[in-house]
Amino acid sequence: MIETENLTRKFGDLTAVDGVTLRIEEGEVFGFLGPNGAGKTTTVRMLCCLISKTSGTASIGGYEVGNGPDSLKIRKLIGFVPDSVGLYDELSAYDNLDFYGKLYDCTEAQRKENIERFLKLLGLWEKKDVAAGTFSKGMKQKLAVARSLIHDPKVLFMDEPTANLDPESAKTVRDFILDLKKEKRTIFLNTHNLDEAQRICDRIGILNTKLMAIGTPAELEGSTRGRKTVVQLEQVNDAILAALKKLPLGNMTVDGNKLTIDVTNPEKENATIVDAITRAGGRIQSVTVVGSSLEDAYLKLVREEK
Amino acid sequence: MRLSKSWVIAAKDFKTFSKKKNIIYSIAAVPFIVAVLIPLVIDFAGQRNGAAGIPEARLVVLLPSFLFFYLILAAYLPTPIASYTIVGEKVEKSLEPLLATPTTDSEILLGKGISAFLPPLGGVFGGAVVFMILMDLVSHGTLGYYYFPNWNTGIVLLLMVPLAVAMSVGANVIISSRVTDVRTGQQLGAFMVAPFAGIYVGGELNIVSLGDTSNLLIISGILLLADLLLLYVARATFRREEILTKWK
Repeated sequence: MIETENLTRKFGDLTAVDGVTLRIEEGEVFGFLGPNGAGKTTTVRMLCCLISKTSGTASIGGYEVGNGPDSLKIRKLIGFVPDSVGLYDELSAYDNLDFYGKLYDCTEAQRKENIERFLKLLGLWEKKDVAAGTFSKGMKQKLAVARSLIHDPKVLFMDEPTANLDPESAKTVRDFILDLKKEKRTIFLNTHNLDEAQRICDRIGILNTKLMAIGTPAELEGSTRGRKTVVQLEQVNDAILAALKKLPLGNMTVDGNKLTIDVTNPEKENATIVDAITRAGGRIQSVTVVGSSLEDAYLKLVREEK
Repeated sequence: MRLSKSWVIAAKDFKTFSKKKNIIYSIAAVPFIVAVLIPLVIDFAGQRNGAAGIPEARLVVLLPSFLFFYLILAAYLPTPIASYTIVGEKVEKSLEPLLATPTTDSEILLGKGISAFLPPLGGVFGGAVVFMILMDLVSHGTLGYYYFPNWNTGIVLLLMVPLAVAMSVGANVIISSRVTDVRTGQQLGAFMVAPFAGIYVGGELNIVSLGDTSNLLIISGILLLADLLLLYVARATFRREEILTKWK
């Protein structure tokens, strides 16, 4: 449904997005993770035909991004939730949606049906005649999501839809995205929230100007290979640390009497670690193996790039 | 270009304006205040002169000049609306979702143009009609005939006023791309009255005769050229790419 090949955008000397290649299937929820300034919003803006690409190709639903006549067709095919809700505060929730329905060429019957449907699904129907400016942040965000769906788009771009929302509102929006997933819509989700990406997305791309990694959450977690062995000691001393430093282990951090050691094969390495500690006179309270998380994978990739 | 799309955008703006008291007051109240105030002042001045009132020769110079107040208003009144509808949307970040709809830049610009063009035009026309009626009542005793309407009035109201409004809209679109708040946009947009105020002062100082039809047509021609230039620049400024990446 969405394909890009070496998609690049430069602003003068600054490369905001560098050669991004990806393919997103119909009905897939794809998460784009990356730090601030990684190029997530720029990528979405290019795909939504809001700004041009410097080089590379991209297509949505078979229409070519950057081709004048195709741009209107792409915009009709997609829904867009920007990072700022951008509602008309003076207009009611109903009028906000009705306006966008008209711009998407929905008939009056379609507009009525979809407005009622989405406002009810998002729990805003009772407030349909209330000015959007009086809404809470969470309600505004929900209304912005409803606005993006008013024409029943096949593809939905959401730029940080739960940012700055309280946990309850964020959960409502997340649950709604999961409902949309059941309707087989293709969803492209920009987010900072690793937990959200892990829970919602079928696949995740980690972007830091370049696409650093792409895969399912499980694949990305596995990609860091590293697992950690956490050893809780009664007392850490120099002899123990010296003994461990002689072993061919990964990075080791000391936090009080707790040692966290990067290991690749804990089944073999843990025995060596325990042996080295006891020979150095250390008394072990516990040994735990911790698998790497999406957060580890994300931080590793982003830090490597730096 | 699909006019229906532009009209949808303009209709939305009209609905928004109807809830903005400051916009309603500036569009409706100012032209009517001018319409009532000037005839009252003329009537008062005439009464102070005694039975003779204001001399006829002076009155036939003043009356066409007064109509230029409406040209000044035509240049000013689009400013609060254009600032609100473009800078306001930019500040409230509602332009981006609008730009993501299947509308062309020209359709959005035309929609914004219509919403900034029609209300001031209506306000000026309404105020001018009241002004002419009251002025005819006040001046009939001295002139012995109803001065308004006349051909020059037609040129000023039906040709120059729409051109002045369009000029102001074009200038405000350009200003909107360079400012970050509505108030600054309005302050800068207000400078559009300067050329028209200059023409009015020129008329008062007898540098240019504002009762002369050929002068009015020459000014109209200059306005038309200025409009075309400003609308060309405004169109070049109002592009998705520019709005999202270069507008302040």
